[in-house]
Amino acid sequence: MIKYLQNILNKESVSSWFFIMPSVLGSFLFIVLPVFVSFGISFLKWDLLSSPKFVGVDNYIELFSDPIFYTVLLNTLYYAFCVSVLGVILPLILAVILDRKIKGAEIFKTIYFLPFITPMVVVALVWEWIFDPYRGVLNWFLMGAKIEWLYDPNIAMAAIILVSVWKLIGYNMVLFLAGLSGIDANLSEASKIDGASELKNFFYITVPVLSPTIFFVMIITIISSFQVFDLIYLMTQGGPMNSTNVIVYWLYNNAFEYFKVGEASAIAYVLFFIILGLTALQWKIRRKWVLHE
Amino acid sequence: MIFPFLWMIVTSFMTSSQVLSGVINFIPRPFVFENYTAITQAIPVGRYFFNSAFVAVLMTLGQVIISAMAGYAFARMKFKGRDALFFLLLVTMMVPPQVNIIPLFYLIKELNWIDTYQALVVPGLFGGFGVFMMRQWFLGLPQSLEEAARIDGCNYFQTFFKIALPLGLPALATLGIFTFITSWNSFMWPLIVTNSDCMRTMPVGLAIFKGSFRETTQWGQLMACAVIAIIPVVAIFLAGQKYFIKGLMAGSVKE
Repeated sequence: MIKYLQNILNKESVSSWFFIMPSVLGSFLFIVLPVFVSFGISFLKWDLLSSPKFVGVDNYIELFSDPIFYTVLLNTLYYAFCVSVLGVILPLILAVILDRKIKGAEIFKTIYFLPFITPMVVVALVWEWIFDPYRGVLNWFLMGAKIEWLYDPNIAMAAIILVSVWKLIGYNMVLFLAGLSGIDANLSEASKIDGASELKNFFYITVPVLSPTIFFVMIITIISSFQVFDLIYLMTQGGPMNSTNVIVYWLYNNAFEYFKVGEASAIAYVLFFIILGLTALQWKIRRKWVLHE
Repeated sequence: MIFPFLWMIVTSFMTSSQVLSGVINFIPRPFVFENYTAITQAIPVGRYFFNSAFVAVLMTLGQVIISAMAGYAFARMKFKGRDALFFLLLVTMMVPPQVNIIPLFYLIKELNWIDTYQALVVPGLFGGFGVFMMRQWFLGLPQSLEEAARIDGCNYFQTFFKIALPLGLPALATLGIFTFITSWNSFMWPLIVTNSDCMRTMPVGLAIFKGSFRETTQWGQLMACAVIAIIPVVAIFLAGQKYFIKGLMAGSVKE
C-alpha cells in the first residue's frame, strides 16, 4: 500500500495534478462558471426566490430604453475620464520630482502610498467629515464658504473624483517611478548638454520614452474606475438626483435592493464587455511595455 | 496628502462638543479618549476587528499555499494540458468580480453559507494573479537544489515543501501582504453575504455604524473607528513595504 502510494507520488503526471487541482477547480467554480451563469441569468426575470422566467433579450431591450441607463453610463464615463486624466498627470509630475533622489524621497513615497492601502470605508468617512458643509474643515479653509459638496448635484461628482484621485496618486506614482528607473540617464544628460531646459527635457525626453507606461497606467486606471462602487455606496448612494450613480452601484441596487437579478445581470454584461475591450487593449500595450524594458 | 489622516487622528481625540461646535481647532481641547470607550459600548467593534483579522489571515494562508502549489507545478512540472490551463487561469484575471457577484451570491445562499466565515473566505482564495506571480518566481530560481532532492529520493511533494517553498519565501511574503490588505479592505462582498451583527467585518460594521446616526453624526466616534480600522493595514504595509510595492507592479494586470 505504502509502496503504491510512493509510486504515485513519484509520478510527475499524477503529482502535478494534485498541485494544480485546488487552484484550477476553485477558479473554475468561483470565476469561470459564474461568468456563464451570469450571462444566462441576464435572459431571466428572477428575484432569486421564486422560479425564474425566461424572457429572451427583454432585459437588454429594457436596459437600452431606460433613460437612467444613459445617465449612469455617462456618469461612469465622466468619472473614469476625469480620474484617469488627473490620476495620470499628477502622479507623473510627482514621480519625475521624486526621481531626482531628493532628500526624504522615500518618506514621501510612503506618505503618498498610504491612501492606496487605506480601506475605502475609512477614506469615505474621513472625507465626508472634511466635506461636512457646516462643521467641515474644507469649507473652513475656504473662508467659511457654504458649499454643500456631497449634497449639491453639480458638485458631488467632482468631490468623489477628488477623493478617488487622492487615493490613487501613490500607486500610479510608483508605476511611473518604475518606468523612470528604466530610462537611460544618458538621454537626459545629452539633452541637457545641448542646452534643453527642465521643461523641454520633460516633454521631449521623459514623456515620449515613458509613453508606453503612461498608456498602460491610463488604461488600468480607466478599468478600475469603471468598477467604482465602495466610494459611491458610502458617500452619496448615487445621489443627489442620480448625479453620482454609476454602473456597479446601479447593478448592486437592482440586484440586492430591488431583487431584479435578471436586469442586474444584463448591466453586469454591459460592464463586462466594456472591461473586456479595455483589458484587451491593455494586454496589447503591456506586451509593448515589457518589450520596451 | 497626509492631512486627512492627521485630521482623522486629531478628531478622534476631541470631545463631541468640540467636534459639533463648528469651530475648527487643530488641537483637541481637552484631549480625551471618550470616543474610543464610547464605540466599544455602541457597537461590537472588537468582534468586527476579530472577524476582519480572522478572514484576512485564513484568506492569506489559503491563497498563498494554493497559488504556490499551482505556480510551482506550472513552472516546473510537465503534464498534459499545462499551457492551456495556465492560459485559462490568466484569462480569469480579465473578469471583473462584479460580473460574478449575483451567481456567487446564489451559490453561497444555496450552500447555506450566508453569514458564515466560509462565505467570506472561500471565494477569495482563487484566481490567476497569485498563480501567475508564483510561477514567475519559480521560473527565476535555479533548479539544481530540487534536482538534488529528487536524486536523494524525495517525491514531488517532499521536494516542494522542503526545498521549493522555503526558496519561495520572498514571493510568498509579497503575495501574502497583498492578499491580507485586499481582504481587510474588501467591502462589497462582505456587505452582501453577511446579515448579523456578529459576522460583520470592520469595513461593513463601520459603514452601518455611520448609517445609524440620525440627527447628529458623532464624527469623533467614527474617526476613532477609522483609526482602529486602519492600524493593521498600515502596520503590515510599513513592515513589508518593499514586498508590497514590488507585488503591485508585478500584478498590475489585475487592476
